Amino acid sequence: MSRLSAFGGRAALGLLALAPSMALAAGPDLGSVQQQPTNWPAIGMFLFFVLFTLGITYKAAKGTKSAADFYAAGGGISAGTNALAIAGDYMSAASFLGISGLVYTYGFDGLVYSTGFLVGWPIVLFLIAERLRNLGKFTFADVASFRLNQTAIRLISATGTLVVVALYLIAQMVGAGKLIQLLFGMPYLYAVVIVGALMIIYVAFGGMKATTWVQVIKACLLLGGATFMAGAVLYHYDFNPDKLFAAAVQVHPSGDKIMAPSGSPSSPVFSPIDTLSLGIGLMFGTAGLPHILMRFFTVSDAQAARKSVFYATGLIGYFYILTFIIGFGAITFLMNDPNYFKLAAGCTAEAAKAGTCTFDKIKDLIGGAANMPAVNLSAAIGGPYFFGFICAVAFATILAVVAGLTLAGASAVSHDLYAQVFARGRTTEKSEVNISKISAVVIGIVAIGLGYIFETQNVAFMVGLAFSVAASCNFPVLLMSILWRDTTTLGALIGGLVGLIAAVVMVVLSPDVWVKTFGHAEALFPYKNPALFSMPLAFLTIYVVSKLDRTRRAQHERAAFDAQFVRSETGIGADSAHAH
Amino acid sequence: MSATQSAGPPATSHVQPLPGVVGTLDNPVADPRLDRVSQNPIFQTLVRERNRYALVLTIAMLVVFLGFIGLIAFDRSLLATKVASTTSLGLVLGIGVILAAFVFTGIYVARANTRFDALAAELTRSLAR
Repeated sequence: MSRLSAFGGRAALGLLALAPSMALAAGPDLGSVQQQPTNWPAIGMFLFFVLFTLGITYKAAKGTKSAADFYAAGGGISAGTNALAIAGDYMSAASFLGISGLVYTYGFDGLVYSTGFLVGWPIVLFLIAERLRNLGKFTFADVASFRLNQTAIRLISATGTLVVVALYLIAQMVGAGKLIQLLFGMPYLYAVVIVGALMIIYVAFGGMKATTWVQVIKACLLLGGATFMAGAVLYHYDFNPDKLFAAAVQVHPSGDKIMAPSGSPSSPVFSPIDTLSLGIGLMFGTAGLPHILMRFFTVSDAQAARKSVFYATGLIGYFYILTFIIGFGAITFLMNDPNYFKLAAGCTAEAAKAGTCTFDKIKDLIGGAANMPAVNLSAAIGGPYFFGFICAVAFATILAVVAGLTLAGASAVSHDLYAQVFARGRTTEKSEVNISKISAVVIGIVAIGLGYIFETQNVAFMVGLAFSVAASCNFPVLLMSILWRDTTTLGALIGGLVGLIAAVVMVVLSPDVWVKTFGHAEALFPYKNPALFSMPLAFLTIYVVSKLDRTRRAQHERAAFDAQFVRSETGIGADSAHAH
Repeated sequence: MSATQSAGPPATSHVQPLPGVVGTLDNPVADPRLDRVSQNPIFQTLVRERNRYALVLTIAMLVVFLGFIGLIAFDRSLLATKVASTTSLGLVLGIGVILAAFVFTGIYVARANTRFDALAAELTRSLAR
């Protein structure tokens, strides 16, 4: 096995001192990173991916004429393809690298994220997917504003969308910059600019069609690579997980504790309330992520929407089981091999093996234990070329996620804010699509700028906050407007705002931001995750305000529920995204 | 009208067979065909059955997941119980939650593909009469 040749030698890597902060919920939080020697196999494979996806974008651009093409790929995506695209949109670098890193560090605790990220999908299927397809056209605001006031509801939905997109995008850009610096040996700013430029090209020229295929290809590459890694690990232990766990317990510094909740204060699942709040946020946040909800408009009907969630749940669940095996594989393959650790000066790998000098199996892992166990494992299993492949896959993973986010953000600007709030419906299809393309360019440039500004900031809390905002603003507004007759515009608007503001304020006052970023002595809000409080607050506000709303408009809105109900339940009268 | 018309109350929508939602705020127009649908016994059966099915499965998923999270939060020693030489109950339950999510979606989809889609087709036939 070629070990670290792909890294360009241990000496260079010795410079990497990354705090193993648990960045998980989060995008890859790589701390400060030293640039690496240029990694040619990874760059070669990544270039191939880029050229291939640009070819697809060129083809998609020629076939993208109408608004339906741009936002919803003409509504002609099959359930199977959409399932792969959903998986590609959802399986971020944070879940691949972050969850396996969490398992490497704490063992069992990683399961909270794997399960939390997955259990939102059945909720999406049972409550949302089919109704969304029946009621909407391009964005979830179409659905929430179906019988409510267009201006007000699109304003709150677009705000929720843009906040989620901005938070998620910053975390992805900063993570991408650091990851690529580390994996490819490219300067941070180059990496951020490349990611930004590619996502602009995919979205502005290829719209939903190109974005979908980028996500499908990325999903296949990621699932293929992860399957190979997990398979190689299990093969080593005769496909007996118990043997794998036994070997992991023997080498892990925490021993048998990795088989159960760690209770470690640094673990994200330390306190009971935080664990519950995290679980609630992950579960219901999924049902409010704008880039995910948008994918349901790319299929022809509610049946296809339903099937795509079912397949996607299978793919994503399978993937999370793989990340778990990969995390344990990293423990058994890496922890006894000093080649993968940053050793103290004067300590050689041979000396460390002989036991004359020691290293910390968590803190000293090359590249940091928060995100790098899976990548190091790929080198241990498959040598420099497989290592290069996994690096390229990690880059492709980020690209597919940011493309989906950019498209969702651009659609909120053009389809919701421009067409319905500013132009009040008096616009043409062509100018709306143009606004969308311009928005994609602007969002891309802003994302590059934010990625640059936030380089040295701790962005670990941002994906968690994005899920919390989605669970506390988008999800309550959407669910209540679909399911509860008495929901009024005022209720949805104020409830959504309260949920949004509550989630953001609670996170700002939390230990992660108030103490770690602003340097105050004590957090004003004691928990890291706000969803347990902010989401019920949003639902309660929608309920109370709607009940108190006695305006004439509110009466009309309640009366209009029957018509919405028939269509949401049957699809009778539903638009197809096909251009007529 | 341009395709930028919203999916929300498009008064002039011309999609078939029921033109979107009736009326706008300023001019609420009851679609005469609406009652035919909402009063239709097949529609009522479809909605009642599907919503009950979705509700039961949603509650089941919540119980499974929040039960798992609750055990992590409040009973760590139970999760540490060994079920094999090293494998703990916690790992098995965690993988179980992942499988449960997939199985629950499968149960819903199987039911929807057969019973609910059949009811919906029957409803369309009944409305066409």
